[in-house]
Amino acid sequence: MLRDITIGQYIPGTSLVHKLDPRTKIISLVLYMIGLFLANNFRGYLLVTFFTVGIILLSQISFLTIIKGMRPLMIIIILTLGMHLFLTKGDPLWQWGIFKISEQGLRQGIFMVLRLIYLVTITSLLTLTTTPIALTDGIEKVLKLLFIPIAHELAMMMTIALRFIPTLIEETDKIMKAQMARGADFESGGLLSRAKSLIPLLVPLFLSSFRRADDLAMAMEARCYRGGENRTRMKQLVMGSRDYFAFILVGFFVVTTIYTRYW
Amino acid sequence: MIKVNNLEHRYCNSQGGYKQALKGVNLQIKQGEFVAVIGHNGSGKSTLAKHFNALLLPFSGAVIVNELDTREAELLWKVRQQVGMVFQNPDNQLIATIVEDDVAFGPENLGVEPVKIRQLVDDALESVGMRDYLQKAPHLLSGGQKQRVAIAGIIAMRPKVLVLDEPTAMLDPAGRKEVMDTVIKLNREEGLTVVHITHFMEEAILADRVIVMEEGAIVMDGSPREIFGQIKKIKDLRLDVPPMMELRDSLCREGVNLPKDILTVDEMVVALCP
Repeated sequence: MLRDITIGQYIPGTSLVHKLDPRTKIISLVLYMIGLFLANNFRGYLLVTFFTVGIILLSQISFLTIIKGMRPLMIIIILTLGMHLFLTKGDPLWQWGIFKISEQGLRQGIFMVLRLIYLVTITSLLTLTTTPIALTDGIEKVLKLLFIPIAHELAMMMTIALRFIPTLIEETDKIMKAQMARGADFESGGLLSRAKSLIPLLVPLFLSSFRRADDLAMAMEARCYRGGENRTRMKQLVMGSRDYFAFILVGFFVVTTIYTRYW
Repeated sequence: MIKVNNLEHRYCNSQGGYKQALKGVNLQIKQGEFVAVIGHNGSGKSTLAKHFNALLLPFSGAVIVNELDTREAELLWKVRQQVGMVFQNPDNQLIATIVEDDVAFGPENLGVEPVKIRQLVDDALESVGMRDYLQKAPHLLSGGQKQRVAIAGIIAMRPKVLVLDEPTAMLDPAGRKEVMDTVIKLNREEGLTVVHITHFMEEAILADRVIVMEEGAIVMDGSPREIFGQIKKIKDLRLDVPPMMELRDSLCREGVNLPKDILTVDEMVVALCP
């Protein structure tokens, strides 16, 4: 059951979005967010909607996949909508006892929900179209561009985490079965007793992770690892014409959202 | 290639005391040699191996690798580039999520140019026979394949010596054979010096030279035939005797006349039915 977890949720493809340099995608994502938060009226949101739908079509990821990814966020979306609907003061549209919905509240609520949905859509689109390795490489390069000193260490940590997720899942599965064979019960009981039953699972898992970390550190040292300095990469990221085109497109998007906000 | 002079090593424990893991080891390993190190748990064989690439430093005495003293801090990375080390657990030494990236890890650390790394990675994977698995994720490979990728990761750094610390201990027989075939091929065809630490006597008999360790010291040193010819001494050290040696011994006691240096099944067959 634990094997079904796929981290990163990358969907292989050959679309234009897939082929973009990860750096382009990360920087574009930040620019897109700026545009998204600048939009504050009907025209602005219309533009954002068109742009977002356009990117999804370009990426050849099905809308269904993206809607599925939205499901865990349903509670937050409904909560946001409710808060804005009922708590914003303004001209009343509808009233029932102490509950009243104002025109401003409706407007605010819908805009806020759209903002959330687009935010999740576009970030999940990044992970859906980029392999985890390309993503970590991209993050490292972008952080280096911003002169953040621990860029390499962060990227290395992410790589190792990605490498060990399947290994640790396999191990968890094994320990779980071993404990179940000895009569451990992970499925019944209340919240507290279930949490307690996880202890015999977590203790060996932690112990073995520490042992693994120790071994790995030794193996890395034996292979001359000494941090980011003086290190080269086999795979070099190269920006092509499609990356510049993407930047122009996103730049245009930000400028137009600024236009819709102020004029 | 490797010179060990009167090497001592101590592990400190939390009570302020220490355990003497190596008690004055003297050893010389020549270029291109295939040396097997055997001895039961706690005999100091892993500790000795970790001195070869300066993962551990001597308490007293010295380890000289290709004229480089491992105690000198400036030479550390040079020593580690020349002496590659493969460990027991294949899962805990692969770093990247794709085979080729993992093999590239060593050369990347050495600061080799990107184009050259590509070449080194392809060559290394070719020589361990894993070229077809370039793009695979390590956790989907079998134990033997993982260990071969780990060896490729070391070969890609172009070392002079390959130290294997019980690389087959966690593998099934098929995986063990894969790894041993690869190691032998690297030794015979590419002239790599190999130091192979193992618990399996059938692996030790494949080496040019066998070193037996006990209580932090070398107690026997010679060719496999010389070492395993002394069945009583090996048994006193609580080590296994290769099965054919054992069989020859029992047959001799029953009065069958057999030559003293039988190691493999083939040799036994020839000796029995000439």
